[in-house]
Amino acid sequence: MTPQEIIEKLKSKFVETITDTKVEGVVDPFVKVKPESMKEVALFLRDDADLQFDFLMCLSGVDLGKGNLGVVYNLYSMNKKHKITIKVEVSRDKAEIPSVESVWRTANWHEREAYDLVGITFTGHPDLRRILLPTDWEGHPLRKDYKVPEFYQGMKVPY
Amino acid sequence: MFETGSDIVKTSTGRVLRSEEMIINMGPQHPSTHGVLRLELVVDGEIVVDVIPQLGYLHRCFEKHSEAMNNYQQVIPYCDRLDYLASMNMDWAYALTAEKLLYLQVPERVEYIRVIMAELQRIASHLVALGTYGLDIGAFTPFLYMFRDRELILDLFEMTCGARLLYNYIWVGGVSHDLPPTFIEKTREFCKYCKPQITEYNNLLTYNEIFIKRTANVGVLPVDVAVSYACSGPMLRGSGVDFDLRRDDPYGIYNRFQWDVCVGKGEVGTVGDCWDRYIVRMREMEQSVRIIEQALEQIPDGDVMSAIPKRIRPNAGDCYVRTESPRGEIGFYLVSDGSGTPYRVKARSPAFVNLSVCPEICRGYMIADVVAILGSIDIVLGEVDR
Repeated sequence: MTPQEIIEKLKSKFVETITDTKVEGVVDPFVKVKPESMKEVALFLRDDADLQFDFLMCLSGVDLGKGNLGVVYNLYSMNKKHKITIKVEVSRDKAEIPSVESVWRTANWHEREAYDLVGITFTGHPDLRRILLPTDWEGHPLRKDYKVPEFYQGMKVPY
Repeated sequence: MFETGSDIVKTSTGRVLRSEEMIINMGPQHPSTHGVLRLELVVDGEIVVDVIPQLGYLHRCFEKHSEAMNNYQQVIPYCDRLDYLASMNMDWAYALTAEKLLYLQVPERVEYIRVIMAELQRIASHLVALGTYGLDIGAFTPFLYMFRDRELILDLFEMTCGARLLYNYIWVGGVSHDLPPTFIEKTREFCKYCKPQITEYNNLLTYNEIFIKRTANVGVLPVDVAVSYACSGPMLRGSGVDFDLRRDDPYGIYNRFQWDVCVGKGEVGTVGDCWDRYIVRMREMEQSVRIIEQALEQIPDGDVMSAIPKRIRPNAGDCYVRTESPRGEIGFYLVSDGSGTPYRVKARSPAFVNLSVCPEICRGYMIADVVAILGSIDIVLGEVDR
């Protein structure tokens, strides 16, 4: 299916959930989805016979600025050989997105990474701990307003 | 860290141990973890009940550093250090992503040089993977043979760009140096030399009975699990999935060459066991030699620096580009805000994703098998921790 057809199919199924789509003028066509319904959309994308998005290539947390955080899901279908990008935007005060760990198992570590570095909470994640930084580290470094702490456990941080 | 000091012992995920279970730490300083990785093994006697990988010992803030660079080209030396055994492939993946954001076409000669370098690097990387895998299992000799031959590839790289490990060679829009005059001839010689060597490795290690006993039917990875965990590269092909990004999501000029995708068939055990992953790597080296020979035949003359932009300022936007590194799908997700500094660089590293399936395929095997399974995943901690 072409990106346009995929988007049409999603739009017909989820009328109110989809807030924005773009095909022309971008490198990867994307669909923007409301955060609270991300999991239903994910299940539909995986299980629908025409879509069959069974391969989550990448999941990235991004600080979008203006008080918003975002998560980008790059999906691929091994059978149908088509791609789509799903974007979710949440406000920094309530950065919560349903976990898609039960849909694509690979999301487990990707979501832990996004939680660790960008500070997005994935509700329903079975094991949401920091993954790359020490467990007692403070702050989320990939936020644009992040300040490097002066000391960590009595050790000077900026070298 | 797990809790101790009372009767109740918990793993770091919060699971309370049964009285017959215990926790063993494998690593961070353990030869079979290929770097600084700690595996928290929950064992019942000699049987592995659960594996909890603990990462981050080699975290160097790649993504944070990238955002602080004031030029897209300056990220490339950091990409070198992601997968330090396959730096060429890392550079190429990043350069491709930036070129896609810029809608930049590179000259023909550059395309050929990149393919030759990436495939040479694939052979070098697989030689380390297979050599150290033999070492994990207890075969010392193949390791020495493979490192001897890897040196020849590193000599070719040194001849081209002066570095043996971290090249900073593939730039956005081109490469840093043209090929030296004798490179093509020397690479032909290497290809000629390499083919009988692969037969020798097979005789030494592949069909060795002890090696087969240690790897066949161990760490079986079923197809549905592999796809759900988004495994890629030899991990995925070892499970019998005929999928290679070079053919199925083509980039560069791979569609101009004749070569085959190697998949695991369960020749000595079950499809998707450690031996299958091993043999996929071994056979991929032969295919890489084939690609290099064709590329050497076809390579045109030309300027390799002509398309390198003086100032890189992509329009605001984002893109995800993936390529096939020796370990699998290396993808870069790049966001540009229209300035000369990358707004966000995310590296989707194959070893990170492949390692996440490790607990799934280790359960129920012996502790010694965990060493065999971990070696067959072929992780490089530089890209797991970034």
